[in-house]
Amino acid sequence: MPPGFSAADFYYILPELVLVAGALLVLVVDVLTSRQQRPLLGWVTIGVLLATMLTLLPFSDVDVLASRGLLAIDGFAFFFKLVFLLTALVTVLMSSSYLEVEGLRAGEYYFLILCATLGMMFMASGIDLVTIFIGLETMAVAFYILTGYLKPNRQSNEAAVKYFLLGAFSLGILLYGMSILYGLSGTTNLRELATVLATGEPSTLLIVAVVLVVSGIGFKIAAVPFHMWAPDVYEGAPTPITAFLSVGSKAASFAMLLRIFMEGLPFLAEVWQPMFWVLAVVTMTFGNLAALTQSNIKRMLAYSSIAHAGYILIGVVANSSRGVTALMIYLMLYVFMQLGAFAVVVMLRRRDVVGDELKDLSGLYFRYPVAACAMLFFMLSLGGIPPTAGFMGKFWLFSAAIESGYIWLAVIGVINSAISLYYYVRVVVFMWLREETLGSPIVASPAMALALTVALVGAVIFGVYPGPLFELAESSAQSLGGVITGVGVSSF
Amino acid sequence: MGEAVIFYVLSALILGFAVLVISTRNTVHSVLFLVMNFLLVAMLYVLVGAEFLAVIQVLVYAGGIVVLYLFVVMLVNLKRPPEVHQDPRRQARLGLAVAGAVLAELVAIIVYSSASPAAPAVAAAGQTVEGGNVEQIGWLLYTDYLIPFEVASILLLVAMVGAIVLAKREL
Repeated sequence: MPPGFSAADFYYILPELVLVAGALLVLVVDVLTSRQQRPLLGWVTIGVLLATMLTLLPFSDVDVLASRGLLAIDGFAFFFKLVFLLTALVTVLMSSSYLEVEGLRAGEYYFLILCATLGMMFMASGIDLVTIFIGLETMAVAFYILTGYLKPNRQSNEAAVKYFLLGAFSLGILLYGMSILYGLSGTTNLRELATVLATGEPSTLLIVAVVLVVSGIGFKIAAVPFHMWAPDVYEGAPTPITAFLSVGSKAASFAMLLRIFMEGLPFLAEVWQPMFWVLAVVTMTFGNLAALTQSNIKRMLAYSSIAHAGYILIGVVANSSRGVTALMIYLMLYVFMQLGAFAVVVMLRRRDVVGDELKDLSGLYFRYPVAACAMLFFMLSLGGIPPTAGFMGKFWLFSAAIESGYIWLAVIGVINSAISLYYYVRVVVFMWLREETLGSPIVASPAMALALTVALVGAVIFGVYPGPLFELAESSAQSLGGVITGVGVSSF
Repeated sequence: MGEAVIFYVLSALILGFAVLVISTRNTVHSVLFLVMNFLLVAMLYVLVGAEFLAVIQVLVYAGGIVVLYLFVVMLVNLKRPPEVHQDPRRQARLGLAVAGAVLAELVAIIVYSSASPAAPAVAAAGQTVEGGNVEQIGWLLYTDYLIPFEVASILLLVAMVGAIVLAKREL
């Protein structure tokens, strides 16, 4: 064992180790099984994810720095890892039937999903720029490949190339910002960075670094004006991957954003708060206005997810523990709402129907009432109608903004929610009021039914009874900002 | 002072070649300018005392990556401007000149090493004991940065699996 490491360091990354072992296991099982046994792989992947979740549970109230201060195993990391694992779980559940219809290879697909999840987990627990960057890169490379997984499909190819080029470009910008931060402080550890740089007037170079980091992360969360890649990539990627991308990648990028700005650069709040304020307003407004005119569901949900990035940014602007709590709650609720909506879209994909146009939803209620009712609930939830989960999430975000004195931001957020109702309700109109279209019957495989159930149960329960989630998010948010609470680097 | 002069000269050259990379019309020329760019960046690393990075820069970028680029350029068969030089023996003459240069280098090495046979080995051994750049980086990678280092190996595995998935016709 290398000097400075103990068995505890490896104990703290046990969930990640289980995930890696599981990912390799999936590759091996893929080789050992025949083509007919492929559905088995999906269940193996689910088993791996559940095992990882189980090993994660003991870390719910741990707060330590592991592996020489590169990883923070704290409540914040725990919460986000739970979000990532849930996202991956629902994505895998909705994938098996899709893979079959498209005739795609399952082994590498699940392997890449697991590796992307691994990258996200390192992004959430990384407290050092190096760890965060490596995690981000692992996630991003897996996503580039998954986006282009539909090889004969030109749209998928185009999406992968666009995502790869813009992703590499944005990563370059982010890395440039990080290297300036390192150059100014001589450390890559975020908490040390905060103590070294906090003294004195911020230099121009530091501001430049902040701008670069904000733009780099802006690409990753698809905030306007860095959103150009999102609609094309979301439309071209295989639908379950679009779901995974729009939830998992976004949540991981927000985890990275919070770590870098609240742990590393809290003293520059008056510099980055206005930047995020502008980003939040522009992102919400543009995302919603662009979504109004879409006729493709995947594209519509892409713009809707851009708008949601705008709402979530409100929690960053508020820059308070209440804001972070609200942000985390919203992300967790967003997992269920968004993945549920995508699960219905995946279900529409059949041998003879592509199923990603709005008109493919026509008359869904008469053909498959359960799916239509679930979709209705997810749409209302994404729109933020009162008894649903989406309403609770927005309520907390906006109240956090008001508490921090950003009343106008909350007002703009509410106006935007009202605009967004138009395109969410339009989906409902198609499902109930339009003539049904022809095509083979819609059937839900057991795994798909399970995915829909998980999403629906999550969205309903947390909409009606949000207490436990709120408490978990609140205690998790407290562990962020180690500088303020006095947990220094010296504690390991 | 001298260091600053070298730095600015190198930087100017790097930027100049970078502009040439994107402004030249011939793709092969563009790649060759890129090689110059990489080599000059390697010199910049030497200037700040990061010899290991300089070596990696030359090996990986000027070596591996550029070969990859050249393969791509030649495989995709981009539209080329008509051949300017019609002299068929021009390439042969160029080859002769390069072969002559390599021969001269070989002779120089043989003469130099036979003149002082034992010295290089001692110098090399001395350097490793002293703990140069390479050892320091290796030490850091396997101690402080062990976890990111291991995650990087997963990243490479992902890239490998991805390359196979995307490139193979039907598995």
